[in-house]
Amino acid sequence: MLSRTAASLYWLGRYVERADFIARLVEATLRLDVLSTRPAGEDAWRSALAVTETEPAFAAVGGELTREEVARFLLADAGHPGSILRCVGMARDNARAVRTALSREAWQAINGAWLLFDQRVARLDPATTLALVDSVKAETRGFEGAVHRMLRNQTTLFIRLGQAVERTDNTARLLDVKYHLLLPAGEPVGGTVDRDQWTTILQTVSAVTAYRWLYSDGLAPANVIDLLLSRGELPRSVAAATEETVTALTGLARTSGTQGEADRMARTRSARIARTRTSDVISAGLHQHLQAVIAENAHLHVAIGRQFKFV
Amino acid sequence: MGTAAFDEIMGVADRDGARPELADLCRWLDETPSDELRRRQRSAEVTFRQLGITFAVYGESEASERIIPFDIVPRVFLADEWARLSEGLVQRVEAINAFLVDVYGERRILKEGVLPADLILGNPQFRPEIAGIRPPHDVWAHICGIDLVRTGPDQFFVLEDNARTPSGVSYMLENREAMVRLCPELFAKFRVAAVDSYPDMLLETMKSVAPRGSGQHPNCVLLTPGHYNSAYYEHSFLADSMGIELVEAADLVVDDDLVYMRTIAGRVKVDVIYRRVDDDFLDPLVFRPESLLGVPGLIAAYAAGNVAIINAPGNGIADDKAIYSYMPEIVRFYSGGEAKLPIVETWRCREPAALRYVLDHLDELVVKLVDGSGGYGMLVGPTASKGEIERFRTALLAEPHRYIAQPTLALSTVPTLVEQGVAPRHVDFRPFVLSGARGVQVVPGGLTRVALREGSLVVNSSQGGGTKDSFVLMPGAPTMSQSPGTQTLGGMTQTLGGQG
Repeated sequence: MLSRTAASLYWLGRYVERADFIARLVEATLRLDVLSTRPAGEDAWRSALAVTETEPAFAAVGGELTREEVARFLLADAGHPGSILRCVGMARDNARAVRTALSREAWQAINGAWLLFDQRVARLDPATTLALVDSVKAETRGFEGAVHRMLRNQTTLFIRLGQAVERTDNTARLLDVKYHLLLPAGEPVGGTVDRDQWTTILQTVSAVTAYRWLYSDGLAPANVIDLLLSRGELPRSVAAATEETVTALTGLARTSGTQGEADRMARTRSARIARTRTSDVISAGLHQHLQAVIAENAHLHVAIGRQFKFV
Repeated sequence: MGTAAFDEIMGVADRDGARPELADLCRWLDETPSDELRRRQRSAEVTFRQLGITFAVYGESEASERIIPFDIVPRVFLADEWARLSEGLVQRVEAINAFLVDVYGERRILKEGVLPADLILGNPQFRPEIAGIRPPHDVWAHICGIDLVRTGPDQFFVLEDNARTPSGVSYMLENREAMVRLCPELFAKFRVAAVDSYPDMLLETMKSVAPRGSGQHPNCVLLTPGHYNSAYYEHSFLADSMGIELVEAADLVVDDDLVYMRTIAGRVKVDVIYRRVDDDFLDPLVFRPESLLGVPGLIAAYAAGNVAIINAPGNGIADDKAIYSYMPEIVRFYSGGEAKLPIVETWRCREPAALRYVLDHLDELVVKLVDGSGGYGMLVGPTASKGEIERFRTALLAEPHRYIAQPTLALSTVPTLVEQGVAPRHVDFRPFVLSGARGVQVVPGGLTRVALREGSLVVNSSQGGGTKDSFVLMPGAPTMSQSPGTQTLGGMTQTLGGQG
């Protein structure tokens, strides 16, 4: 496979995953905002910006911390490289460059997501925001389904690899920011917390019901952290995403005969995460741990590019 | 203009009824309600849009990817018409190839005074950088699209040769797919030659011209300018149909005069490149030093004989407008016989007698700039105003060598589905001719473009033109009823007990 093709497929996976994540984040934040009894919407939207690490970019365009402005910035701002609109556009560009490698279904899902933003997005009241977010999620879900039905070859493996690497990053960020935002200094882990806020985290990763199945003792921060960090059953957990990274790389090694630094890094990381106990992480410092996960993931991204000669 | 145009199905307007061989098609048109035709046509266009068979319109936003309108009424060539046309096409393409070998080699045609030397050597399309290079197997014009117009049953004229990177073949293939799906009854009535072997023929052609030493399985690739190019769909479609890599310049690297592509498992040697990029963007070391595009060193690898480039760089000299009027002489010089396919009568205004004639008949002629394109710098005498004609008279007198003139032709028509029903519309035709190490072959079909506006002669897709399927009937084809041994299967017409 051409290195450029592989790079396009990998980035296609990353951008689709990112678009999906932002859609979920906006949806969950919107819910939090609406539920807030205090006029605390501002905090909710500030935290959404923090998760995507876009507070400075938002400030630079002179945005006000209102639902409408942040939602527009994250969803449909053509000037913001991290908006869903731009992610979907980048995903489509990459998909077009490898058009023949994709099934018609997979292409149509990407094209469908892109067409959502074909017309200028008008007023973003809560209802239209939710409708747009739902449509984005429907198309990314359609894409994932289509990829699942494609030949299990290098093409799908590179897409899955991109998705897994992006997912690791997104989940780690979500947990890091929310945890610190929700747990003011001095508050012990496991103490009384704002139930709605923790539910928001679970919603962002589609894990509200999963949580109920796995933990019997109600909403507790330590459990939410455990679920998102180490439970392989949850597809969006750091553990599951890193394991998926290993699976994709192993598949690529088998079909291309190429193994290298990225394989070693991914395997080492996955094995370490499997051994890690959530309680140890919390007592040693969750923030430091998550920052290390994010940094290590970025190193792996570079190693993947090097190994498959993306540049 | 005045005289009625020849209709390829209905014959001439003043006679009743269709051409006898095509009576069945005429009956089909009568019996199938326009609404039904329209429904099928829409269904084809929906498919084209879903497949992304679009072309980008330059200068418009990214969202404006359009499809070219598809017309459901096919155009039909009878077997014997096609046989004669093919002979003419083969002869012409052989001459084009011999001409390229000659002008970049010995230049016999100049030494013997058949063509004025400055016409070639002073032509911007002539690439002195290429002179002296011999492409593998001496094949230059591997894929030619010869644009033709028709004025009567056996009156075909070459309007233009395309020996660089002719496009449109994906429409030939996709239109046929659509017709087989939407109008299967037509393939029961007519034995239509299959076109779906084109990708195989093309791949065979590519492999046949691989440099010696490429081994049993030469590595062939298709080089595209990228997915923003207006013909990108065709590039990806062809690469996919042939099962070869679709590469961009950045995917290729030249090392020690060998061409490689960059893959995830390292460099892989490339033997044959079907390029869909212009000469200018092939190799910045040779053609455009200021350009960042292209593959540095590609032409050196080509000159060393280590890679075949399809079509060969430098071909622009063969299909240049200034050369066009000399094609009858060129064909005669290399084939020893008269050209079987005539060109449209052309007055070269650089010649005093021709200039005098043109100036006397400006209101009847089409006057073109030799180096103009896309209808710029063109006078259409019969519809021009007095002022325009006088402006051209002045320009002609000042710089006669920059102009040629041609008569206006009564282009043939084919019944076409329009808003009011089925009506005649003007068409042109681009057949595709492949030349490999083992000879020249014509694909039995091609791209028919149709001017959808009444009376219009402009078939360009950017100006409201559409496309049609082009049927080529097989010899001995029964046209009155279905022969018992014939059935349609998928895209192929198969004769039981033998290869269709």
